[in-house]
Amino acid sequence: MKKQLLALAITTLAATGALAQANDTLAKIKSTGAITLGVRESSGLGYTLGNGKYVGFHTEMAERIAGDVEKQLGLSKLDVKYQPVTSQNRIPLVTNGTVDLECGSTTNNMARQKEVAFAYTTYVEEVRIAVNAKSGITGIKDLNGKTIVTTTGTTSVQTLRKNKRADGLTFKEVMGKDHADSFLMLETGRADAFIMDGSILAANISKSKTPSDFKVVGEVLSVEPIACMLRKDDPAFKKAVDDSIVRQIKDGSLAKLYDRWFMQPIPPANVKVGLPLSAATKEAWEHPNDKPMESYEVK
Amino acid sequence: MSWDWQVFCQDTITQEVGASCFGKGGEITYLDWLLSAWGWTVSVSLLSLAIALVVGAIIGTLRTLPNSPWAVRLGNAWVEYFRNIPLLVHIFLWYHVIPTLVPAMKSLPGFVLVVFALGFFTSARIAEQVRSGVLALPRGQRYAGMAMGFTTFQTYRYVLLPMAFRIIIPPLTSETMNIFKNSSVAFAVSVAELTMFAMQAQEETARGVEVYLAVTGLYVVSAFAINRIMAWVEKSVRVPGLIAAGGGGH
Repeated sequence: MKKQLLALAITTLAATGALAQANDTLAKIKSTGAITLGVRESSGLGYTLGNGKYVGFHTEMAERIAGDVEKQLGLSKLDVKYQPVTSQNRIPLVTNGTVDLECGSTTNNMARQKEVAFAYTTYVEEVRIAVNAKSGITGIKDLNGKTIVTTTGTTSVQTLRKNKRADGLTFKEVMGKDHADSFLMLETGRADAFIMDGSILAANISKSKTPSDFKVVGEVLSVEPIACMLRKDDPAFKKAVDDSIVRQIKDGSLAKLYDRWFMQPIPPANVKVGLPLSAATKEAWEHPNDKPMESYEVK
Repeated sequence: MSWDWQVFCQDTITQEVGASCFGKGGEITYLDWLLSAWGWTVSVSLLSLAIALVVGAIIGTLRTLPNSPWAVRLGNAWVEYFRNIPLLVHIFLWYHVIPTLVPAMKSLPGFVLVVFALGFFTSARIAEQVRSGVLALPRGQRYAGMAMGFTTFQTYRYVLLPMAFRIIIPPLTSETMNIFKNSSVAFAVSVAELTMFAMQAQEETARGVEVYLAVTGLYVVSAFAINRIMAWVEKSVRVPGLIAAGGGGH
């Protein structure tokens, strides 16, 4: 028993030691012939169709990055593996080496930059308000005394808290355990407004029973740069990812990808999300950068 | 892995570490929030436990009544209903479905609905323990009550239940501890308890390990406190020479 424990301890030590040194993702990809993409199961930018199939704007963009990395390394074949991640485990899975590149809906902010690196911003999320079309709510000032729902484990909760203090509003805050749950609270009248990323609101409304019952109203509450996440201190891999993103912006393929996932009917239900490219995202594409959320301002 | 326990002293809006780890003048630090979340967890658990014990004792007793087949059927139906549906589904039934059927319940806060759902769910399990406790008693106990001229109520009150409850204290201890752990489902309907705090705070601070360790610690402390209280109850109601007192033997 003791021997087994010792052996286990040594292997664990060796494994963590190996991981700590493997900060050269390109070398790792070359030697294993595989890249692991971190993907989301249900978010506005990436989701699953079941049976291990992952799709979406950011997921497909990540596949193209993998393709460019394959070309750069001169590999004849690159095995793309998918690892579903959640808000809770995405950072640990990137830092411990399970995931090489996470392209989901991760906000680039200062707190996270202490642990991971971010590629160029590829999407700028705007936090908005969704309400029942008949409610008469047109902006944050109408939310006084109302019940507002957001989803647990998102940055929108903080946005809401900041606005609450800044505008001196008093409202009741409830939290859904996931977006579907939050939207259900709006649908069933348990909440008057749902505050969340614009893409998630648009996707939930388009998938609801009667999309015309709901609308997105009011000012943009916060803007958040969304970017692919990778391990820190790996400049060669970051450059490869950034170069691929710039290539996709320059040759217009990223814009086409956006059109396909946000303006055209998409699986599984073949419904349009209907979220035109925002000025903020366009600006990020024109001036590729990896600035965190803190350097953005609400206009 | 480096630790950063300072994270609990951060303000929840500015993310700055203040002089004291408790917020002043309307400011809320993560520590303040953690303690309030703990308060919600404890409140949900204790109130559910109260409901579970009362309802469980009544339903369990109903199921052992002689000559009252309908009371037995009612008790059985209650237990089977609550024990065959997962707890999370119960919570959703109570939160989303029942209020659409009974509009008067729409105004009830999530907290109340969770307390009922968790309390009733656990009551089914306690009822089963009470029933097995009563059935474990020798048949002579009931006859003794009848021979004394006791009514059925008196037989239960003075003879059967006092012994049955002593027998089932160990499984009852597990159940009371389970309530603390099961209370984590309350986050699904927007009760700001420990699990919700953990999900939200780790997202805001990116210090998931510290946050989850703190929450784990508080769950352990709460469940173990109940465990110690139950151990004390078990010891203080022990009857010398009766069932399993100090190494067994009837």
